[in-house]
Amino acid sequence: MLQDKDRVFLNLYGLEDWRLDGARKRGIWSNTKDLVALGRDKIIEEIKESELRGRGGAGFPAGLKWSFMPKENDGRPHYLVVNADESEPGSCKDREIMRNDPHMLLEGCVIAGFAMGAHKAYIYIRGEYWLPTQRLEAAIAEAREAGLLGPDACGSGWAFDIEVSRGAGAYICGEETALLESLEGKKGQPRLKPPFPAAVGVWGCPTTVTNVETVAVSPTILRRGAAWWKGLGRPKNTGTKIFSISGHVNRPCNVEEEMGIPLRELIDKHAGGVRGGWDNLQAVIPGGSSVPCLPKTICDDVLMDFDSLREAQSGLGTAAVIVIDQSADIVEAIQRFSHFYMHESCGQCTPCREGTGWMYRVMSRMMKGQAEVEEIDTLLDVTKQVEGHTICALGDAAAWPIQGLIRHFRPELERRIAEYKAGRTPVAAE
Amino acid sequence: MKVTTYIPPKAEDFAFTPENLDKAKGYVARYPEGRQASAVIWLLYLAQEQNGGWLSVPAIEYVASFLGMAPIRVHEVVSFYTMFNTQPVGRHQIQICRTTSCWLRGSDEISKACLEEAGTSRFGELSEDGAFSVVEVECLGACCNAPMFQVNDRDYYEDLTPEKAKEIMRALRKGETPAAGSQQGRVSSEPEGGLTTLTEVQGGA
Repeated sequence: MLQDKDRVFLNLYGLEDWRLDGARKRGIWSNTKDLVALGRDKIIEEIKESELRGRGGAGFPAGLKWSFMPKENDGRPHYLVVNADESEPGSCKDREIMRNDPHMLLEGCVIAGFAMGAHKAYIYIRGEYWLPTQRLEAAIAEAREAGLLGPDACGSGWAFDIEVSRGAGAYICGEETALLESLEGKKGQPRLKPPFPAAVGVWGCPTTVTNVETVAVSPTILRRGAAWWKGLGRPKNTGTKIFSISGHVNRPCNVEEEMGIPLRELIDKHAGGVRGGWDNLQAVIPGGSSVPCLPKTICDDVLMDFDSLREAQSGLGTAAVIVIDQSADIVEAIQRFSHFYMHESCGQCTPCREGTGWMYRVMSRMMKGQAEVEEIDTLLDVTKQVEGHTICALGDAAAWPIQGLIRHFRPELERRIAEYKAGRTPVAAE
Repeated sequence: MKVTTYIPPKAEDFAFTPENLDKAKGYVARYPEGRQASAVIWLLYLAQEQNGGWLSVPAIEYVASFLGMAPIRVHEVVSFYTMFNTQPVGRHQIQICRTTSCWLRGSDEISKACLEEAGTSRFGELSEDGAFSVVEVECLGACCNAPMFQVNDRDYYEDLTPEKAKEIMRALRKGETPAAGSQQGRVSSEPEGGLTTLTEVQGGA
């Protein structure tokens, strides 16, 4: 178990002062100038060396992503865009960072922005996060006042400023190119790639979009060194991670833990265990709505990191652990996700726009057993036709939960169909 | 996908109050010169608030002309994002999160309780006194504090029970502002009943 001395998010729960004075006591902004003095190459090298992987869901190596920004400035300004459009069902970690320790994110922006040759960062925050928006704006005002942002940010000689930009309720804007469209004042519909944002991003300028947590941990990695970060977790799955544990646990919570912690230990130690005990567990969705669920047999010993969960045919995603006990209707749990994706499809690509609605309607029938057994395979087939055939990953994300359900709970679907045919009203397995 | 219908413009005019005009200029200044369209979402929020919680066609077209955008581009934005209302809503729009994490912890009962308290029979319906409209929305990102609802575009009320939800609505109806956040006494999303981490460092202080 991770020790407190190795924790990065010291005010995760907001028990301490979130303002500048409190932040300084936690070591934030203590030597930002020295970190900037390391230089662009050294910062990126250190982040690469730490093997930090993006915390937004895809797990792309952060240092590598930062290094895609052009080395030489061709006259176009560079931009850092922080993806604070946290909308993945199950995930509520960035909210805690932004409302309880906003200065961590701001300091991270200075470092990451400098490493990318950017003088400006935009934090794109989801519209519903009103309190975190207020806190960020207050923190930015404090930082400007103290000279931490401005023409000579932190006395480093590098001009840097941050602005907050607000979304208005669209999950798709968490996709990086949709976010850029929204930042330009348009509908948030994803762009085709290439060109990638590092070449042509917001307003046609080189841009890197990166998650709140990734940016917020980077100053600490530089301060304590890549070797310290790599010493936590497992190879290629290094460091700490905020896990959001929700659903049928006794004490739902956010908690910062070491990457690769066993799922069972995570739930038992921090979330007070599964409601009704471990044996009452039905399934866990380990990384937010977009990843396939895992039945109890896999949950017994699976480790919580990118590669272990991929081996288990699921994913770490945003590390949003949704726990489902025996009392819940597993089909409805997934059907709710299907409704979510139908609602959130931006409507640009036909397979997703039409497919998400189709999948939701079939899932609604499956819930009641009002289907033919062959339709389970038809449904699976349609998910494969949506997956990989859209501009962005929303189509994939809509397909995977259903694939996970069929993979692990096919007998439950068949049981309901048989019961419906026998003229009984099927009920969720109790 | 959000489905909307076009409401034909009415005759009334819309213009920002001097206070909102200042704010609007501040938002435009956040973006590079010539990129003022980026401020459209900020300005629509201002217009929506000034217009009593929803965006009329004159309000939308005022924002368009303010930013030098083609009106259709702003209509597109309004119809795309779910937080913009194109029809009148209650003074307090209760938005209950319905997605899986909240559903697992009883969001259906919260929805039922809220409809009861509002005295309405379906989502989106305006209550008789105009105080409430109750809707279900997709994940609001407070999953460790489920179930929860948001009032207008502001406060989150978390860790709800059906009784608590009704109490909050009764207070709102009386014009009070009940304390937002967890209704169980949690500060944010720490585990209830005692910390399992951050006990040695006391938050670093």
